[in-house]
Amino acid sequence: MDDLLRDFLTETAENLDLVDVELVRFEQEPANAKILGNIFRLVHTVKGTCGFLGLPRLEALAHAAETLMGEFRSGAMATPDAVTLILAAIDRIKDILAALERTGAEPDGDDSDLVLELERVSAAVKAAPLQAIEPPPPANDVPARELRPGEVSLDELERAFREAPGPDLPPAAKPVAAIAPVPAAAPAEDAGRAESTLAGQTIRVGVDTLDRLMTMVSELVLTRNQLLDTVRRQGESDFGLPLQRLSHVTAELQEGVMKTRMQPIGAAWRALPRLVRDLAADLGKKIELVTEGAETELDRQVLDLIKDPLTHMVRNCADHGLEGPAERAAAGKPETGVIRLSAYHQGGCIIVEIADDGRGLDVERIKKKAIANGLATESEIEKMSDAQIHRFIFAPGFSTAAAVTSVSGRGVGMDVVRANIELIGGSVDLRSTPGKGSAVVIRIPLTLAIVSALMVTLGSEIFAIPQLAVLELVRARPGGEQRIERIGDAPLLRLRDRLLPLVRLRGLLGLPQPEDEQEDDAFVVVLQSGEDAFGLVVDDVLHTEEIVVKPMASRLKEITLFAGTTILGDGSVVLILDPNGVAQAAGPASAHDAGLGKDEGAEAAETGSVVPLLLFRAGGAAPKAAPLALVTRLEMIDVSAVEIADGRAMVQYRGALMPLVPAGAGVRLKESGDQPLLVFCDDGRSCGFIVDEIIDIVEQRIEIGVSSVAEGVLGTAVIAGRATEILDVGHHLTLAFDDWLKRKDRPTESALQPCVLLVDDSAFFRNMLTPVLTAAGYRVTCANGGAEALDLLGRGRRFDVIVSDIEMPGMDGFALAQALLAEPLAAGIPILALSSLTGSSVVQRARQAGFSEYVAKFDRPGLIAALQHFAPGYRNAA
Amino acid sequence: MSDSAGTRSYVTVEVGGQIFGIAIERVREVFLPDRLTHVPLAPPDVAGVLNLRGRIVTAIDMRLRLSLPPRASDQRPMAIGIDHKQEAFALLVDSVGDVLDLCESQRETTPATLAPRWASVAECVHRLDGRLLLVLDVDRALEPPAAAAIAA
Repeated sequence: MDDLLRDFLTETAENLDLVDVELVRFEQEPANAKILGNIFRLVHTVKGTCGFLGLPRLEALAHAAETLMGEFRSGAMATPDAVTLILAAIDRIKDILAALERTGAEPDGDDSDLVLELERVSAAVKAAPLQAIEPPPPANDVPARELRPGEVSLDELERAFREAPGPDLPPAAKPVAAIAPVPAAAPAEDAGRAESTLAGQTIRVGVDTLDRLMTMVSELVLTRNQLLDTVRRQGESDFGLPLQRLSHVTAELQEGVMKTRMQPIGAAWRALPRLVRDLAADLGKKIELVTEGAETELDRQVLDLIKDPLTHMVRNCADHGLEGPAERAAAGKPETGVIRLSAYHQGGCIIVEIADDGRGLDVERIKKKAIANGLATESEIEKMSDAQIHRFIFAPGFSTAAAVTSVSGRGVGMDVVRANIELIGGSVDLRSTPGKGSAVVIRIPLTLAIVSALMVTLGSEIFAIPQLAVLELVRARPGGEQRIERIGDAPLLRLRDRLLPLVRLRGLLGLPQPEDEQEDDAFVVVLQSGEDAFGLVVDDVLHTEEIVVKPMASRLKEITLFAGTTILGDGSVVLILDPNGVAQAAGPASAHDAGLGKDEGAEAAETGSVVPLLLFRAGGAAPKAAPLALVTRLEMIDVSAVEIADGRAMVQYRGALMPLVPAGAGVRLKESGDQPLLVFCDDGRSCGFIVDEIIDIVEQRIEIGVSSVAEGVLGTAVIAGRATEILDVGHHLTLAFDDWLKRKDRPTESALQPCVLLVDDSAFFRNMLTPVLTAAGYRVTCANGGAEALDLLGRGRRFDVIVSDIEMPGMDGFALAQALLAEPLAAGIPILALSSLTGSSVVQRARQAGFSEYVAKFDRPGLIAALQHFAPGYRNAA
Repeated sequence: MSDSAGTRSYVTVEVGGQIFGIAIERVREVFLPDRLTHVPLAPPDVAGVLNLRGRIVTAIDMRLRLSLPPRASDQRPMAIGIDHKQEAFALLVDSVGDVLDLCESQRETTPATLAPRWASVAECVHRLDGRLLLVLDVDRALEPPAAAAIAA
C-alpha cells in the first residue's frame, strides 16, 4: 500500500469518527450551527481526497452526502429520514474504507441505491414548497432575532435529529409534514480557511518511529543513571559538570518524547457517543452520555490498550446498568439514564470512571451466580462483604444479564477488561449503590515505560514495588504504636482503625528465613490491590527511584509475582513485584481487609487525628517532627554537589535547581559525605530541608502542648516519649520561595482553633488532608462516612465546619448534606463538598443538597480559602 | 558458516566434561556473566537474569538444564549470548573452547540410547579425535525442558 493511501486511510478514519461525534452532538446541541459546518467540512474533505486518489465509489458517496448536507446548511429542513440517510452513507463509506485497508483497492460494489436516494432527498428538500409555518417560540439558546426567510429554526433541526432513527433501523414511518422554506444564500463557512493555517504546524509521524524513540530514550536514561552512579562513587571528577548537563538534556528529552506520545483520552472516547446512540435505539432506553475531562492526556500505548475495555464497559452500563424508561419512572428517576465518563489525574496516574445512575449491581443475583458457577460456596459467600461479592463480576465467564442480549451478556466481559487493564499496570475498582447506580473506576499509569518504584530488600536482594500501589510504609515494633498481632498463625498489623493482613515476601518467594530474624520487628509496605490493602513484610526499605520497566523474560512470565524487570544505576537487574500478583499469591484469606477491629465510631474520633510524622534531628538536642504527608521524598545527596549561588545553597535536583534551607537553627551542611534532605515539592517546585539525621517515622496525634516563640517551630509535642518540636514547614518553605504559601497565622491556643469534621471514605485521603488542615490551623476530626459523621454529631461533638467527600459508599455526600439539614444539632454548620467530580451539574446539585461551597478534591489552596471564609482560622488571634 | 567444502563452524563449549558445539552463526557473543540476579520461583534451569549493555538477558545454566550437579562455588561459568525469538538469552557453560570447522559428512545422528534430557537438546554428533562432540540444538535448549521434550 503506498504511503499516500495509508495517510488517507488514517486521516479519513479520524475524520469519520469525528463526523459520528459531531452528528450526535448536533442532536444534543442544535443551537450550535458550527457543528453542521464541521460535519459538512469533514465530509467535504473526504470527498476531495477521494477524488484526488481516484476512488470513485467513495467520492460518489461522499459527494451525494455532501450535497444533501449542503442543503441543510443553506437552511433546508433536516428531516429524520435525511439524517438517517447520511448516517447510512457514512457507514457505507466506513465499510469501503475497511476493505480498502485490507486489500489496498476499492472493493467492487454498487452504491447507486444510496446515491440515488441521497440525490432524491436533496432534490426533494430543495424543491419543497414553501409552507407557512408558525415560528416556534424562541427557546433560551436561540438567537433572539426573528428567523429570516430561508432559515430553519433550531428547534426544528433539533427535533429532526432527535427523531432520526439510526441507519440500522427502518426509517420512521411518520413523514415530516413541515418543510422549511427554500434558502436564500447562506453565509459560507470559513472553517476551511482556519484549518489551512493550522496545517503547516503539525506533521504526521509514524507511531513506530515514536516508539523506537521512546525505547532509545529509556536506554539513554539508564546509561545516564549508570554514569551518574559511577561519578558519584568516584567523588571529584572532571566529568561532573558535563555529566550534569547531559543529565539535564536527557531529562528534557525524556519529557519531550513522552509528550509526543501523549494523546487526549477523548480520542478513545470518540466512537462512544455514536455507540450509545445506537445502543439506546436497540435497547429501547433513553441514555445520555456525559463526558468530563476528555482533554486528559495519556500515553498512546496505554490509550490503545484501554480503548476496547472502555467500549465494553459503556456497553455494560447501557445494557445491564441502566433501566428502561418505564422502570426508571417507577423508581422515581428521570426517564433518561446517564452514563458518565470522566477522566482526571491523581498522583502519578489517570483515573477513568465509567458511572451510570441505573439500578446498581444486584448483589443477590451475583451471589447466586457465583455459587452456581462454583466460584465460592454458600458459606464463603455469607462471610463476604458487598465489595467482595461485586468483584465476582471480574471472574472469567461471569455475566449477570438474565437474558443474553445482542449487546452484551455473552459472559466474556469484565474478566477480559480487568486482564487488559492489569496488563498495563492499572487496576479496576467497582462501586455500586442499589437503585442509585454503579461505577467502574480504572486507575492507569501515565506511561508504561517509566514508573516510580520503591526499592525494598530481602537480605542482599533488591526488589522494586511500583509506587502506585504503595499506600504507606510502616515500621512495626513490639510494644510500639504499630504492632504485629496474631490470630491463629496469621500475622496482622494494627494500623490506625484497621487490621491489615500481613504477608511475608520471603515466604512468598520461597526464600529461607534468616535465623536471627526478629519476627515482630519489621518494615511493612502497605499495598493496595483493587479495593484491598495488605502489608508486605520486607527486610528493609531503601528509596524510591524512577525505573524503566522492561518486560519479563518469556521463560519467567509464568511467575505472577513479578511484573517485569529493570536495570538500576549500578547496572544490576532488579525484579519488579506485581502488587496484584502478590495479593493473589497471598491467598484470599489475607487478600482482603480482615475487617476486624473496625470499631466504628467510637475509635474514629480518636484515630482520626493520628498522623504519620517524620522524626529527625536538625540542630539542638530535641528531635523535630514534620507531617510525613507533606514530605515528598527523603534524599541523601553528596555534599560536594551543593553549590552556593547568590548566597544561597542550591543543588541540582531532577533537572532543576533546588534551594536548600536549614530545618532549624544551628543546622549546617556536613563537611563531606552524604547529606540527608527532606524534599518538598509543590507545583513543580522543590525545596530541600537540610537536617542532621533522619530518625524514624511514627504515628502520633499532634497535640501541641507548648506553643513556640521560635520562628519556624509550631510548638512542642510529646512524641515517642520525648519532647519534640513540630516543624513549621510553611515557614521554612517561604525561606526558599517567599511566595510558596501565603503565611498562615500560627496557632496560639488550640481552644481557639476551629474544629473541622472531615468525612471521606478513603483512609489515604483522610491521612493526606489531616496534616494540611492541621498545618492551616484547624483541629481535625475524621469520619469514614456519612453514618459515622452523623453519629459523632449525635453524640454531641461540635464542629465549626464540615468537609465532606461526595462519592462514598453507603451514605454519599449528598445524602449526608440532606441528613444534616434535618439535624437540629448541625444547624448552621457550613458544609463544604469535596469531590473529584467537577461538572457544573454536580456543583449545582451539591448546592441544592445544602452544601455551602464546592471544592475540587485536589485544590488544596481552594479548600483552605473556603475554610478561611466559613471558619476563619484563629478566631481571636486573627 | 558453511562454505563450498561442506563444513560448518562451531563454537565449542564444555559442560560437565562433555563437549558441545554451537553453530557459530547463532552465537552473538561470549562473555563473563557478571551480577546475575537470582529469580525466585523461576524454573530450575533458569539461573537468573543479567544486564548486558542495557538488554535484559535470561541466563540458562546448561548444567541444570542437563540435570548435572551444580558447579563448584569457585568455578565461574562463561556465558554464550544467543538471540532466540527476539529475546536475549545466555547459556552458562563451564568453559569455552576453540571454533572448529567440521565437515558435514562427518556428522551422525544422535544415538538412540542417549538419556532423554541430553537427546532433547542434541542435534547431531560429530566424531573428533578421540572425543565426541554433541551439536547443540540451541532453540530447544532455551525452551522449557518439557516443551523441548515434546518437540523432540
